[in-house]
Amino acid sequence: MITWRGFLKRFLSDPVAIGAGIVLLILILMAVLAPVIAPQNPYDLLQIDIMDSEMPPSWQPGGDPRFLLGTDSQGRGVLSTIMYGTGISLLIGIGAVIVQGILGVTLGLWAGYRGGWVDSFLMRLADIQMSLSTLMIAIIVLALFQAAFEASVYADYAIIMLILIIGIAEWPKFARTVRSSVLGEKNKEYVDAARVIGLPARKVMWGHILPNALTPVMVISTIQVAEAIMTEAALSFLGLGMPVDRPSLGSLIRSGFEFVFSGSWWITLYPALVLIALILALNLLGDWLRDVLNPKLRRGDD
Amino acid sequence: MAMLEVSDLHVAFPRGKRGWVEALRGVDLTLEKGERLGVVGESGAGKSMLAFAILNLIADPGRVSKGTIRFEGANLLEMSESEIRRIRGNRISMIFQDPMVTLNPVLSIGTQMVETLKAHRKISTAEARRLSIDKLKEVAIPSAETRLDAYPHELSGGLRQRVVIAIALLTDPEIIIADEPTTALDVTIQAEIMALILKLCREKDVALILITHDLGVVAEVTERLMIMYAGKCVETGPTRQIIDAPRHPYASGLLKALPQNAERGSRLYQIPGSMPPITALPNGCSYHPRCEFASERCHAAAPALVNGVACYNPLKAKAEATS
Repeated sequence: MITWRGFLKRFLSDPVAIGAGIVLLILILMAVLAPVIAPQNPYDLLQIDIMDSEMPPSWQPGGDPRFLLGTDSQGRGVLSTIMYGTGISLLIGIGAVIVQGILGVTLGLWAGYRGGWVDSFLMRLADIQMSLSTLMIAIIVLALFQAAFEASVYADYAIIMLILIIGIAEWPKFARTVRSSVLGEKNKEYVDAARVIGLPARKVMWGHILPNALTPVMVISTIQVAEAIMTEAALSFLGLGMPVDRPSLGSLIRSGFEFVFSGSWWITLYPALVLIALILALNLLGDWLRDVLNPKLRRGDD
Repeated sequence: MAMLEVSDLHVAFPRGKRGWVEALRGVDLTLEKGERLGVVGESGAGKSMLAFAILNLIADPGRVSKGTIRFEGANLLEMSESEIRRIRGNRISMIFQDPMVTLNPVLSIGTQMVETLKAHRKISTAEARRLSIDKLKEVAIPSAETRLDAYPHELSGGLRQRVVIAIALLTDPEIIIADEPTTALDVTIQAEIMALILKLCREKDVALILITHDLGVVAEVTERLMIMYAGKCVETGPTRQIIDAPRHPYASGLLKALPQNAERGSRLYQIPGSMPPITALPNGCSYHPRCEFASERCHAAAPALVNGVACYNPLKAKAEATS
């Protein structure tokens, strides 16, 4: 068993984990506090002036001190759009993982505990799902959705659609992980003991087996957030994700991409750097978590 | 009518596509209120299988293929899942072998106790906690109030087994099935735990089915004894009588194999061979390949349990049994 104190001690003794943690914390704070600290609200058309478009970062010739990282083609400050965009990316990433988690944990727990045909059916379903790439499913569904509805309707529901699509497409990862740890746990004697005290299967599953099977779920949750953000960025880059007026990091990169060769590199570069930092921090934390929670790699001091 | 009556119980497991193999092959058992019964046998004789069968908890793909288990007249095997859950853990509870693995490692003692109570009684959490503390005190756990919030890994093996006993007693059951309750414990506390179980059963008039391979413990704790071999009962009767004058050669062999019954300086006795796997039982009496009294008849057909012993050539006089 790892205690919270041991967990904290391990965290503080690992410079990589601290670094990744700090980067993630800064990005999350930046995203959450965006309405307060951002120099400009890029969604507010009154604050945007087309005359400000494509300004370079403030330290470059032609830069404006109001726009530290320059502006994009519509005159929005790149720094402000990044702040808001990070929030949207994180929201989609975390939201998608919650959907994945709920679906995957429920189905994985059920498959692992019941076994038999339920298990075979759900796992074959997972195999089929895994053989179709998430991106492909998302592209098909989003393209249909975009074609079927007006742009304004699409803009309103884009976040929910992205969360649901990425969430549903990736449930097998959670389901498989949970199923395999349930298979390891369900033959342990405490499960028999829980059945012997007269608990119904539902309580044995959720109350006794699941808490013991959660460790790998925590690890893949972290990595899946990064993956979901990447998927969303890729979709947005393809023009199937967030609309330009409510940009995520991916749509920001796309919106700047057209101007890279005309010399406005900052519109694409800065959102891309933030996206890389975010994904890297999440992946490093996920790896660290995996090492800490792996009993085989545990040191004697906690 | 006895409180618990098991008759002709068969438990079978599928063996590939070639049919079934029986782990229990017709076991009869009766238990009166407050009676203490010992079930003794080698590993694999079906002792634990019997315990799980009584609670109708045989793990898939095994199943009870024949027989009845009547608890106060009602057949447990014909009950619905929700009906039997009202008996399981409430009126018949169980103590397992290894307290290191029978408590859920991620839930506190209190959570597990409260959950047990709430599964069977309509009570508030505060009331359940109070009852749990009372039970922890009954099993002589020091500073029970603070232990209630402890996690299993924070307790020693002996304390954990006391917690397991407290959980088993929580709902004031009529029957406790103890499956080798002291085997996994340190030798120094085995006697303590056994004495505690005996004391609590006597005080509360709880019937006990003690599953063990320790004949010494059985002699001290139980009133009646049942000796199992390869999924069958080979001898049953009052504990004293069997210990003093076993009639089945297997029972006699088990007693002779106890180190304290060996003569000082001589080699310890052991029953030749080992118990056959249930997939390859010999014809006739399943004990005959190891039996020194086996005759032609034993090879041909299995003896039925008559007057408490299943043997064609039972040992009779005490002198003969101990020679």
